[in-house]
Amino acid sequence: MHDSLVIGGREIKSRLFLGTGKFSANRLIPLAVEAAGAQVVTVALRRVDFDNPDEDVASFVPPSCILMPNTSGARNAGEAVRLARIARAAGCGDWVKIEVIDDQKYLLPDNQETLKATEVLAAEGFVVLPYISPDLAVARRLQEAGAAAVMPLGSPIGSNRGLRTGELIRILIAEMKVPVIVDAGIGRPSEAARAMEMGAAAVLVNTAVATAGDPVAMARAFGQAVAAGRTAYLAGLPETSPTARASSPLTGFLYE
Amino acid sequence: MSFYDLLTQYRDAFRPGEADTRAVERALSRDRLSFADYAALLSPAARGYLEEMAQKAHRLTVRHFGRVIGLYTPLYLSNYCDNACVYCGFNRTHTLARRRLTPAEVEEEGKLIAATGLRHVLILTGGSRALSPVSYIAGCARLLARYFSSVSVEVYALTEEEYAALAAAGVDGMTMFQEVYDEEAYAPLHPSGPKSDYRFRLEAPERAARAGLRSLTVGALLGLVPWRREAFLTGLHAWYLQETYPGVEIALAVPRIRPQLGGFTPPETVGDRDLVQIMLAFRLFMPRGGITVSTRETPFLRDHLVPLGVTRMSAGSCTAVGGRTAGDEATGQFEIADERTVAEVKAMLVDQGYQPVFKDWQPF
Repeated sequence: MHDSLVIGGREIKSRLFLGTGKFSANRLIPLAVEAAGAQVVTVALRRVDFDNPDEDVASFVPPSCILMPNTSGARNAGEAVRLARIARAAGCGDWVKIEVIDDQKYLLPDNQETLKATEVLAAEGFVVLPYISPDLAVARRLQEAGAAAVMPLGSPIGSNRGLRTGELIRILIAEMKVPVIVDAGIGRPSEAARAMEMGAAAVLVNTAVATAGDPVAMARAFGQAVAAGRTAYLAGLPETSPTARASSPLTGFLYE
Repeated sequence: MSFYDLLTQYRDAFRPGEADTRAVERALSRDRLSFADYAALLSPAARGYLEEMAQKAHRLTVRHFGRVIGLYTPLYLSNYCDNACVYCGFNRTHTLARRRLTPAEVEEEGKLIAATGLRHVLILTGGSRALSPVSYIAGCARLLARYFSSVSVEVYALTEEEYAALAAAGVDGMTMFQEVYDEEAYAPLHPSGPKSDYRFRLEAPERAARAGLRSLTVGALLGLVPWRREAFLTGLHAWYLQETYPGVEIALAVPRIRPQLGGFTPPETVGDRDLVQIMLAFRLFMPRGGITVSTRETPFLRDHLVPLGVTRMSAGSCTAVGGRTAGDEATGQFEIADERTVAEVKAMLVDQGYQPVFKDWQPF
């Protein structure tokens, strides 16, 4: 069975997106990408240094990948828009992950500003993937504004706390027409698998891979978990029941 | 409410002698530390828990920042000064060659630094509004923006409008060492000049935040007065700034006083264990706060501090005006202890399994 994920007109084969921050060395990035089988890789534009290819994080992303610059550091819509335009002008392509954060304590995104930036950038032809707190009303407006996907957080960036917002993400998955990609907070492969079993279109992982004892092996584990979770979702998970089936049913007398 | 009000409220509440090992263990077990927890970690009772604190600080830092250290270097623009800070090499009563870099010299120094790969520069001046005015600092920032993706300032305390002018010139961060948070002890150490205005300096970071600067670094000059209270109040300052300006990146610096022209002898000893305790307590108190370690510290110590919560280090530093182009003739503000080149510091970090980051900001 052909199971395709299409974003911005591109068919994406791997449903594990990878982030490139926090690695102990940039040379680990292509190894992790390969081990994960990842095809979409996000890079903070603030770390991209075109004048210094030896140190430039973007040059470590395999050319076969889709480079998705993110607007890390933007504190409002205007800043995110300017960063996205710089990225495109510098040759990073049309994809952009909108990240608007005006809160250094929790690193939670500003949904309102994210929506404004998405409206502008989608109209300019960007393939916009906004990073949001899971909120159905905002997600609908983002979809309407032309977002190519929505990326709700599972829990705060770097927290490794897993799918704390699972119930809200479940609602987004049920309601959205654009792909729902769980981004941030996923600390272990089992949580990535769970997001995929819930029907997420993809997951984006960074901290859990980059800060693992063996980042390359962890990237592989995440790749396997995401694939397994997707397969399970497609296979149709059996319904669960919180209780055992009663052997003396209350309505049994109706059939006597 | 400014930080001055919070400081006034808490400066006498800090009694590190009262913390016992139970208070330390309680602080160590918590995810969110109260002021009392932070005080306990700075207490003599916490001395026996440095390893536990270090393990937790390391985990928190890797989780929030990764195995990554940002690199920057200072560029001294001018050493003219109207102040008479008793511990400073640039004290206006000292006889040394005073100078201010011309735009051409700024550019030349900038090019030399940029050739090392660094993209973050911190520009410094002495405390003379007349001879290193804001317009001059802004002009230098504009010049350096051609070579650097981030220009920060460490200059005398400015008004909000002046910080806004620097932001418009491309400055994105500022460092302000209060030097001494104890207001009474501050006065005799800063006997004259504009810097003798304690409160104007104390509230400079919040003015900078309101003016749109994106990163603030605060610190006390360690060695002038007993360090525990100073460390506590510095942490409180960082906390206040983070609470009040959540979009701004806040960092702590831990400068220990160094030998300098004038031969001032610091009255207080701040040992390596003390320095480590300050860093670790801050990391546990503010898990997402930056920690900067400069070349005031020796290579041995700097190498060992890397996994303890540091997020940013200076490298290839020079504290003299025009020191990179003029050679050894110029007198620096103080003697540095780590004279390794940028390439050597970079190699040290790579050896330790840390990624040296040269560029971590994109101006727009």
